[in-house]
Amino acid sequence: MVAIIDYGVGNLFSLKSSLAYINEEAVVTSDPDVIASASHMILPGVGAFPDAAKKLFGSGMADVVKAEVAKGKPLLGICLGMQMLHTKSFEYGECEGLGFIPGEVVDMTPEVDAALKVPHIGWNALTFKGEKSKLYKYINEGDCVYFVHSFYAKADKECVSAVTEYSIPLTASVEKGNVYGTQFHPEKSGKVGLNILRAFCEIGG
Amino acid sequence: MITKRIIPCLDVKNGRVVKGVNFEGLGDVNDPVTLGKYYSDNGADELVFYDITASAEGRGLFTDILTEVAKTIFIPLTVGGGINELSDFERVLSCGADKVSVNSGAIRNPELIGEAAKRYGDQCVVISIDAKRVDGVFRVFAKGGRENTGMDAIEWVKRCVGSGAGEVVLNSIDTDGVKNGFDLEMLEAVCNVVNVPVIASGGAGCKEDFVTLFNTLPKVDAGLAASIFHFGEVTIPDLKKELAAKGITVRL
Repeated sequence: MVAIIDYGVGNLFSLKSSLAYINEEAVVTSDPDVIASASHMILPGVGAFPDAAKKLFGSGMADVVKAEVAKGKPLLGICLGMQMLHTKSFEYGECEGLGFIPGEVVDMTPEVDAALKVPHIGWNALTFKGEKSKLYKYINEGDCVYFVHSFYAKADKECVSAVTEYSIPLTASVEKGNVYGTQFHPEKSGKVGLNILRAFCEIGG
Repeated sequence: MITKRIIPCLDVKNGRVVKGVNFEGLGDVNDPVTLGKYYSDNGADELVFYDITASAEGRGLFTDILTEVAKTIFIPLTVGGGINELSDFERVLSCGADKVSVNSGAIRNPELIGEAAKRYGDQCVVISIDAKRVDGVFRVFAKGGRENTGMDAIEWVKRCVGSGAGEVVLNSIDTDGVKNGFDLEMLEAVCNVVNVPVIASGGAGCKEDFVTLFNTLPKVDAGLAASIFHFGEVTIPDLKKELAAKGITVRL
């Protein structure tokens, strides 16, 4: 069973539906006992970093997630949920994240080609980095996934499992140990996305 | 690099897609869920569902259908039609829509865009504009293109994006239904004043029209069409192959 961490952020309809579609039982929950009994955790998130971080830490969910990660339970952060896996962010001032992945979340605007639009919205191709991630077991390099974001994670190089080209390589996914994160939305990335979710759910807890 | 998006638009009335669709292998279909799935499995990068029902009963039916579509299709869904207040955003977002397209509702109440952007984020708010040349000036038309508001379309786009609209759908009434290509002149005028994605609508008649669109106006992010896809005149996989062959980046 997959626990989708509920800390009052975002619309979870598509995530729930996509897990149901691949026959994975999923519950949206903030109950530590339910999270403890789950085999996998997903940390969703949309909106701005400081607001979401405040809710994640304020609700006590951050401690619950940290404890479960320490026990070896696989965690997948999606979009802002992925950004929150990092050390800190600079969206609306400096703000601390969960610290699973060494790195900082920064505005892409000053770095990308001035002619390009920010937010980076749409389908873009994945370039794998390092050893092929377990998340990508069922997909190929060059497959497109759906992005919507203005900030991106400058993560420790060792932790970056894929990038996407937007005049500069933007971090598309990260991982360290049993912690995984995708900047893109697998639940909005068609068959490729469903295959990424399926691969995550198959990662042994 | 980010791919150019191809977006089929489905007009839904009383729970059915308007104008039955005839695809090889599918037969005559007007069920929005079946069609949405068909497009999603066949290369569409996004789907737009437009509610053209007038009655409250029809609206409820539309919402039920949207929920069914969103449960089975895992690509971005944009919903428009009958979006007049924040509660309409809430209604369709809770059914699985990712973006909400506002047209007449924003003309009646321009504050709606800013309020929605603040609550749901800019990326969620799409301003849809029906525009037409009147004495050499692009004017905004309301009520499905029937009523000239007298507003300057370029000024209106700027204002909407300034208020927080994260994407613009520009439908040219002049080229709509003519099937002689997109309205490049009008699109260029809009692209010159905004830095959010612009989706071209109205006028696509063949694959070449999309090639011309993206080659002439690299700032246009997506092409939207309805009937040429519904009637199988152009299939999305064929269109994308053609675009790729002409050096335009698409998701294959």
